[in-house]
Amino acid sequence: MSTDGVGVWAYAVIQGDSADDRIAGLHGVAGEPVRALVAADLAAAVGTVELGEFGEEALRRNLENLDWLAAKARAHDAVISAIAKSGPVIPVRMATVYLDDARVEQLLQNRRDDFHAALDLVTGRGELGVKAYADPKKLAAQDPQDPESRSGTAYLLRRRHEIASQEQAYRVAAAEAEKIHAALLAHAVDGKRKPASDRSLSGRDAWTVLNGTYLVDNRSVDDFRAAVATVDEQSTGIELEITGPWPPYSFAGDVVSS
Amino acid sequence: MTFPDDDFSPVARGYGGGVVSGGQSTNLGDILERVLDKGLVIAGDIKVNLLDIELLTIKLRLVIASLETAREVGIDWWTHDPWLTGNKSELQLENEQLRSRIEQLEQRDGEGHAVEARAAEREDVD
Repeated sequence: MSTDGVGVWAYAVIQGDSADDRIAGLHGVAGEPVRALVAADLAAAVGTVELGEFGEEALRRNLENLDWLAAKARAHDAVISAIAKSGPVIPVRMATVYLDDARVEQLLQNRRDDFHAALDLVTGRGELGVKAYADPKKLAAQDPQDPESRSGTAYLLRRRHEIASQEQAYRVAAAEAEKIHAALLAHAVDGKRKPASDRSLSGRDAWTVLNGTYLVDNRSVDDFRAAVATVDEQSTGIELEITGPWPPYSFAGDVVSS
Repeated sequence: MTFPDDDFSPVARGYGGGVVSGGQSTNLGDILERVLDKGLVIAGDIKVNLLDIELLTIKLRLVIASLETAREVGIDWWTHDPWLTGNKSELQLENEQLRSRIEQLEQRDGEGHAVEARAAEREDVD
């Protein structure tokens, strides 16, 4: 299918068997029906999209528009998440667009071994995200200064103490984060620490002390959640937030180097 | 423990297509972090440099999303910290006002006026 003005948006790579059944009824980023392209015992879940909205220039412009980006990111994730319900899936990064079906089929053919290995890795597994937030007030030592005193010296002493104790609190939190990550890895097949997503704002980023994501066997998900709850109870001044299960976004791509 | 919705329930999200069990939307930052940064990164025919976009806007949006999440779990101390938010505190404003008043007073003749005035200021402050 090579028509002027349209492209092929890729959502995921799955096994070729029963691919049509697995994607039946799904609609994608342009509201288009998702369809399967089959090659090499594999299938790519794709959708036909207008290049006027999803072509090179349009994408560059649209990706800067938060509302557009949010809607399309959710739609892309929704398709992949729906497919993940029925079996292993390799999520494709958002905004991967080909000019025609043949190009996608060729990709499946060329990278068949990598794709099969990736599917093996993620079969029966999901991804759980865990973020740890440190509350500096609970981690820091108490301020010896009288908080009511408004003299300049008292204020400066108080500020100095606050800064010092925040640094100490961060060290404590960082050490706690290491321990939490290690504890959670014991309940996971694999795990990664990602940069805190708020690094670009100075001062504030320090307090997301762990942005971890873990590949967990489906049958161990409850154990993993229980481990997170336990760690959360044991860590004073640190709150854990768990998300997922997600499709294996952070792990499926490892086997397939591009 | 503060968690958005019942994240510890075994049915939470569960590949629900961006929706957790309570019908609450999954944090956009969490989704963007995965669909843009992760997943199978493979060259398409359409070349878009996501890195530019990530650096310029996504990171900023993620900051906002993360900060919102942080506030949800009660970590919002910086919003009250003038040293971080750039808002001048009551103390700083008071300081500036006092300095300019002292400057005015010191320009006047007669030390007595200034001393009286300073004493009056102290009473104001206390």
